[in-house]
Amino acid sequence: MSYIKPKFQHPRLPKNPLGYTRKDYEGSLSTLCAGCGHDSISAAIVDACFELNIEPHKVAKLSGIGCSSKTPAYFLSNSHGFNSVHGRMPSVATGANLANRDLLYLGVSGDGDSASIGFGQFGHVIRRNLNMTYIVMNNGCYGLTKGQDSATADYGSVSKSGHANSFEGIDLCALAIELGATYVAQSFSGDKTQLIPLIKAALAHNGFSFINVISPCVTFNNNVGSTKSYDYVREHNEALNTIDFVPIREEITTEYDHNKVQTVEMHDGSLLKLNKLSPEWNPENKLSIITALQKARIDHEILTGLLYLDSKSVELNDILNTTNKPLNTLTEKELCPGDSVLQTINASLR
Amino acid sequence: MSSVNDFVVRFANVNGTGSASANYLFAKAVYRMGIPVSAKNIFPSNIQGLPTWYEVRVSEKGYLGRKAGIDLMVCVNPQSMKKDIASVKPGGYFLYDSTKKLHTSEYRSDIHFIEIPIMEICNREFTDPRQKQLFKNIVYVGALATLLDIEVDEIEKLFAEQFQGKEKLIAPNIKALNLGSDYIKENYKYPLEFRVERRDLVKDWIMIDGNSAAGLGAVYGGATVVSWYPITPSTSLVGAFESYANELRKDPVTGKNNFSIVQAEDELSAIGMAIGANWNGARSFTATSGPGVSLMNEFLGLAYYSEIPVVLVDVQRAGPSTGMPTRSQQSDLLLAAYASHGDTKHVLLFPSTPTECFEMMADAFDYAEQLQTPVIMMTDLDLGMNDHLTPPFHWDDARKYNRGKVLSAAQLDEVEKWGRYLDVDNDGIPYRTIPGTHPTKGSYFTRGSSHDEYAAYSEDSDTYVRIMDRLVKKLETAKTIIPKPDFYQSKNLSDIGVIFVGTTRYAAEETLDIMKENGKIIDAVRIKSFPIHDSIAEFIDQHKVVYVIEQNRDAQLRTLLINELEVNPKKLLKVLNYDGTPITADYILSHLNLQNSNN
Repeated sequence: MSYIKPKFQHPRLPKNPLGYTRKDYEGSLSTLCAGCGHDSISAAIVDACFELNIEPHKVAKLSGIGCSSKTPAYFLSNSHGFNSVHGRMPSVATGANLANRDLLYLGVSGDGDSASIGFGQFGHVIRRNLNMTYIVMNNGCYGLTKGQDSATADYGSVSKSGHANSFEGIDLCALAIELGATYVAQSFSGDKTQLIPLIKAALAHNGFSFINVISPCVTFNNNVGSTKSYDYVREHNEALNTIDFVPIREEITTEYDHNKVQTVEMHDGSLLKLNKLSPEWNPENKLSIITALQKARIDHEILTGLLYLDSKSVELNDILNTTNKPLNTLTEKELCPGDSVLQTINASLR
Repeated sequence: MSSVNDFVVRFANVNGTGSASANYLFAKAVYRMGIPVSAKNIFPSNIQGLPTWYEVRVSEKGYLGRKAGIDLMVCVNPQSMKKDIASVKPGGYFLYDSTKKLHTSEYRSDIHFIEIPIMEICNREFTDPRQKQLFKNIVYVGALATLLDIEVDEIEKLFAEQFQGKEKLIAPNIKALNLGSDYIKENYKYPLEFRVERRDLVKDWIMIDGNSAAGLGAVYGGATVVSWYPITPSTSLVGAFESYANELRKDPVTGKNNFSIVQAEDELSAIGMAIGANWNGARSFTATSGPGVSLMNEFLGLAYYSEIPVVLVDVQRAGPSTGMPTRSQQSDLLLAAYASHGDTKHVLLFPSTPTECFEMMADAFDYAEQLQTPVIMMTDLDLGMNDHLTPPFHWDDARKYNRGKVLSAAQLDEVEKWGRYLDVDNDGIPYRTIPGTHPTKGSYFTRGSSHDEYAAYSEDSDTYVRIMDRLVKKLETAKTIIPKPDFYQSKNLSDIGVIFVGTTRYAAEETLDIMKENGKIIDAVRIKSFPIHDSIAEFIDQHKVVYVIEQNRDAQLRTLLINELEVNPKKLLKVLNYDGTPITADYILSHLNLQNSNN
């Protein structure tokens, strides 16, 4: 990079109730290509965290390897970050979450990271309903190694070099629903209005929240014939709903058309207001969304919005009956049974 | 030739027929008579149907290693009968279920045959089909009690302990025991010329396997997050942690767990979870065997380079590849020492007894957090899965966990400019922070890519070299923290030395003892950790030749010595046992070429 990001903050920048400005949620300057969809997603994460009034250091951001996995450096610089190994972020996030259930866990991954090398870990972290938000920045190609097709590239999608992909693309949302994800959404990096409330609701959800964000690669996969280009996604985007996330204790000020709006109460008391654009779809009905996704695939449409939500989700720590106090704060007193117990054990072994 | 408290009994059973608990009963009864005993389960990679053996060595002198040569074979498995008959020492005994008698051609003239129609007796005396099967095992224990002079009282006491709450099972067990015993009394001369006699030699020692001891050590050492993937022979280690934790680690008020255990989808994930938990400030470990360590290489490199503590147990089995999953070896030494690509090196611990498994497992968490690096405890199947007579466990209640250099919020406020990888104390160990500690200070980006002292990405050559050299310094500091070698003499007495690690100890110590009885003294040292302590280089220097005794084909410990200490390879002679069974003193004796000695 040829220039350094200015550290100056305008004294009158708006602050959230915790006293943080939006800048406090930003990270270092992105080194991704100009126009990369990933940068818009990073910005949406910053907005969502700022607006949700989250303490930045109470978030742990984790990633694997790839362009997308670099982004945690570009948001939430006051949060600890962990750029782990390729496709293995879910396991690191699982261990971290078990160590301290009180932080918010935000995982960022890509289509190579989650749908290929990390396919196994992706599947299993979903099964366990780990309490985290998992965002895939999905561009259908391997950017860092110069544009090879990834496993989410659609069948027939044409690459920059002109060849059509001859393999079936993996639909991560359909897979996540199938494997038991308790919050599944799909969005587009070019649609911040839709993406920000989806991220907010994901962070508030008690369990595994998955957001697949189609995020065009401007350098290697934004050509005519690609099904992950800006133009293609704009043309084929079918929004199921528009959503509004109302955090707990916040007054509802917007007027809703109650015939079209479905309200879902989240675990922490926050409300999710869904403005349904498709009458036959119900976010708490798995069957309806699986059918809708299959139909969209046939029709070459990309369904966006909140796809599925299980508001009664039980997250991993509760499944395991783990104590409420973060395990990383326990001391000798709680952890070590002491010598007299040990002498009883010795006696039982004689 | 008569002998007291010095013989080997081998049981040949069919896997999955309940023989293990009967055989254990036999070994435990000998132990309860105050006589040192060691038991080895020699089992197949199979759940039911294949031959399995259990070997019990009784030793007045307290030798706990394996001994070749079977004095008494108890055979209730027709599948392996031929091989079992052949394996008995000349003059030894072959006890078998003669419901189906051997063909005349199958007898050996140089051994004695004890024939008991075990199945016939059980079919006659018991009605329940399951009892008919299970009590076959108790019948032969009864026969052995009479043949070897084992105190029946001790066996009956063991029944009472085993069937607490199920007392109605005691009477039929005693009946089966007496059936075996009476059959011998009526048909054979007893006791045999080798037998047991009560002693007071086991003192306060306990009987436990290394995996259980390590699982308990992890509870005491403060492990809270355990991730694992099933693999023989390490599975029972996590099983032990789980059962001890369920008993000892419940919150007294809520009844919730002060620990969490996750069965991972594979070993990659298991080590990833352990690393994630340690990164986030919890003590966490995983346990596996060689194939799992192969898979964990990538993550071990990440933990080494990004300096995250993690504890891993490698219960070694016979490789390469799937190898012999139920046989013992020390063949992962090189794999573990340098696991992962690039320049890496890891701290290894080599326990030799269950007591050391307990202690080193608890200490491993201190070492890992003090050094901010992976610590791998290297045991093996023999240590992990076989019951060993071992000194009792102790815990100092005043002990505090050493969490290493972790900055609190208050400390962060005092630090002017904190750098995650800054070597402030000149010992190669930087200060770390735990996520969530401070609103504006101490956050950083953990990465496996090259980084500077402030954890920022850097491909600058000087920066890279600085960090890599500091990691070398850190591993030098490690040598001052991890267990020092155990020298068997305060000053050298010979120009021959021997070096060994882990369970080779048992046979090696027996060898030293036998040689001493024959007027031959050689020097010995047991290495307890890696990187290897500098005193080992001195030991090698001070001796004309040094035998490196180990349980793998390629002399991996010898390679580590040559590589790490830059000693003359010609001085290091190999004694290698790698057939999958624990090494014996006889084997070592026959492979030491003592012509080299001036002693």
